Amino acid sequence: MPDAATLERLVGALKANDADSVIDTVESPGRVAIEVKPESIVGSLEVLRSAGYEFLASVHGVDYYPHEPRLGVDYELLSREACDRVALTLRVSTEDPHLPSVTPTWPCANNHEREAYDMFGLVFDGHPDLRRILMPEDYEGHPQRRDFPIGGEPVLFTHNEHNVPRWFE
Amino acid sequence: MASGGIDMEVIRQKVGDAEEFRSKQLRARDMLRGDLDDKDLDEFVQERVLTTTLEKASDWARGNSFFPLTFGLACCAIEMMTVAASRLDIARFGYEAFRASPRQADLLVLSGRISIKMAPVIRRIYDQMLEPKYVIAMGACSSSMGVFNNYAIVPADKFMPVDVHVPGCPPRPEALMHGILELRSMVHGDPTLGWRERYQAEGTEEVYPLAPADATGVNVFGAGGTEGTNA
Amino acid sequence: MSTVDPAARELSDYRKMEESITISETTEFEGDRELLTLNLGPHHPATHGVLRLLVTLDGEVIRRLQPIYGYLHTGIEKTAEQKSYWKAIPVVERMDYVSYYFNAMAYCGAVEELLEVEIPKRAQYLRVIHLELNRIMSHLVFLGTSALDLGAISVWWYCFRERETLLDLFEMSSGQRMHTRYFQIGGVIEDIPDGWIEQVRKFCAIMPERADTYGDLLNKNEIFLQRQRDVCPLSVEKLREYGVTGPLLRAAGDPWDLRKTMPYSSYEDFDFQIPVGTKGDNYDRYQVRLAEVKESVKIIVQALDNLPDGPTITDDRKIALPPRHELATSMEALIHHFKLVTEGMRVPEGEAYYAIEGARGELGCFVRSDGSSKPARVHMRDPSLVNMQAAPAATEGWLIADMLATVAMFDPIIGGVDR
Repeated sequence: MPDAATLERLVGALKANDADSVIDTVESPGRVAIEVKPESIVGSLEVLRSAGYEFLASVHGVDYYPHEPRLGVDYELLSREACDRVALTLRVSTEDPHLPSVTPTWPCANNHEREAYDMFGLVFDGHPDLRRILMPEDYEGHPQRRDFPIGGEPVLFTHNEHNVPRWFE
Repeated sequence: MASGGIDMEVIRQKVGDAEEFRSKQLRARDMLRGDLDDKDLDEFVQERVLTTTLEKASDWARGNSFFPLTFGLACCAIEMMTVAASRLDIARFGYEAFRASPRQADLLVLSGRISIKMAPVIRRIYDQMLEPKYVIAMGACSSSMGVFNNYAIVPADKFMPVDVHVPGCPPRPEALMHGILELRSMVHGDPTLGWRERYQAEGTEEVYPLAPADATGVNVFGAGGTEGTNA
Repeated sequence: MSTVDPAARELSDYRKMEESITISETTEFEGDRELLTLNLGPHHPATHGVLRLLVTLDGEVIRRLQPIYGYLHTGIEKTAEQKSYWKAIPVVERMDYVSYYFNAMAYCGAVEELLEVEIPKRAQYLRVIHLELNRIMSHLVFLGTSALDLGAISVWWYCFRERETLLDLFEMSSGQRMHTRYFQIGGVIEDIPDGWIEQVRKFCAIMPERADTYGDLLNKNEIFLQRQRDVCPLSVEKLREYGVTGPLLRAAGDPWDLRKTMPYSSYEDFDFQIPVGTKGDNYDRYQVRLAEVKESVKIIVQALDNLPDGPTITDDRKIALPPRHELATSMEALIHHFKLVTEGMRVPEGEAYYAIEGARGELGCFVRSDGSSKPARVHMRDPSLVNMQAAPAATEGWLIADMLATVAMFDPIIGGVDR
């Protein structure tokens, strides 16, 4: 977690790149996330890369239901020199879940973005191969959204198997 | 085999008519010349001939030599490997010949959770196995979805017949071993495999369809010719 | 035997679904050479679980490798959202099923970061001991199964012998062989039993020697060497580009290890070295792991020598269960116990990302709390998923037999990839 001065510098650098890109900084114990606008994510990541944060550890989606805009994407960055982590975050709505893909510039985000697309329905524009990664290709819905039911089914035992017709198929 | 064997029915009886018996006796006497006399030789030959039905004999052989499929899914697969490893040593019972091809295997151990993406594949593997074939659902996930009763998981019973369920998450290797031995006693005890009728497990093996009648051959050689040319 | 005509029998829905999965039938050409697309998996004995690989071949040379995941997707992240914080630990443990202590550690660490709770020193040391034992176990499974893929079965027997000893230790301290749920938010669930330390010492005494034995079995094996040496190397730059961490990165010569660079759980107290390779080929990948086993033994011995006394779990009653004897005497303890067991702990709102050095690389856990007693989002950054991204780059241009050796050396655990 960067100290206050470093954070100030990072936010300054992000603002110098794109004046209205930074929306807010979200602080939790042990972690700080800089919230940026979805359109400026590629540029913002490049700014942080040149500031030493050159390892993109993880890209993952979050569902902030019931808050709007609901969907969020976190980019966990790591600086090897400073041994320091900072996160970029952004929010998009479920009606228009489009955001630019960072895979062309960060090849390590490939599987992460496909997983976020699969699980949350986030559409990463410019991703070279945006297909479902974990669920079957013809699956409908995005299971990790909070309004998606957990699913499951009653367990069949010998005593209740005949309640379910043709269960053996 | 006769006294210490497993579930093998031994019937002692006189063999054939006197003529045949006499010829056998003479042959045996040739082999045992000097060791045994007339009366002892009669007993000796009688004790060493046993009869049974072919079905029972084949089931006895089947039950003692399952060929499991090399097929692992998740956590339980590691414990399944342990069963084959040195401490439990599945080879003691004659089940150590793990086969990589479903066509050569007759025991499918569903070792782990089955996702909805994997279920069709498993069904296909099961169909590719030839009769007789047995399935052990190892662990809570493949038996009843266990702790993961959610959108992604399906229990094995929903799409394929399962002969033995082994509980645990993951089951100890000893539990799997017990499951396999249970299956063995099922195979020994019911030569017709009648228990599998209940869940329509019979006749599931995949058979390649015959070539369609209107299939036309393609001439891979030059027009008119039947021999390959370099041209 | 029934006499169902196989042709007349209706295929179940599952069979229809399976048959809908088709491989592209178009023939590809590269110049005048025809390329062949070969499907390996999801059931294939040499893919380490249910990994599916689509390989486009030119003769025997790989032109394109496309891994397909998801055949073990379990929805663990979704299930964890339905459970209270401490009941999510067993679910999370089942992600990467040969390194369960690491999964539990990453998750507990993330929640502890949100709770801002101090872990007692003894609990931290016990965690380190178990993590390193688990690392040895994970590397043994790697060594045995990958040697098996390369045709050397005897190593597998030996590795699983040692693994059994390790699982006995786990069973002794926690009661389970796998998925022990020994790590608890705020510490470990209970103190180690009497005699456990002696057993671990006994194991630590033999393990380095055994690791040398396994090395000798393989290092003088000509077939093994030919399939490992200078096969499928990747440079540090390429590996970093794909986000690869762990032994694979260290094999290429980058000594990046979170235990050293960003210590957690008192790793700064221990003196150990980070094995690195030079070329980044398969041989280095295997040697680095073998050397890590010995370093782990060193850490365990140090932790046992300096194991401090004291509690093994935090005394914050809002997080940890009160000791049994307090329940009979203290009303407050009873209330806390009831609250924890029925509802679970409430975690302040916030987000945490906690990364540890797993057996395969950086294992990060992201937990978002909305202030309730259930996590609003649990996400694991599993090293297997990220490391597999480098597999196409590593194997393109190599023979298909080298690809199988390389996938074995990448050591993906499909439970971690698909979660």
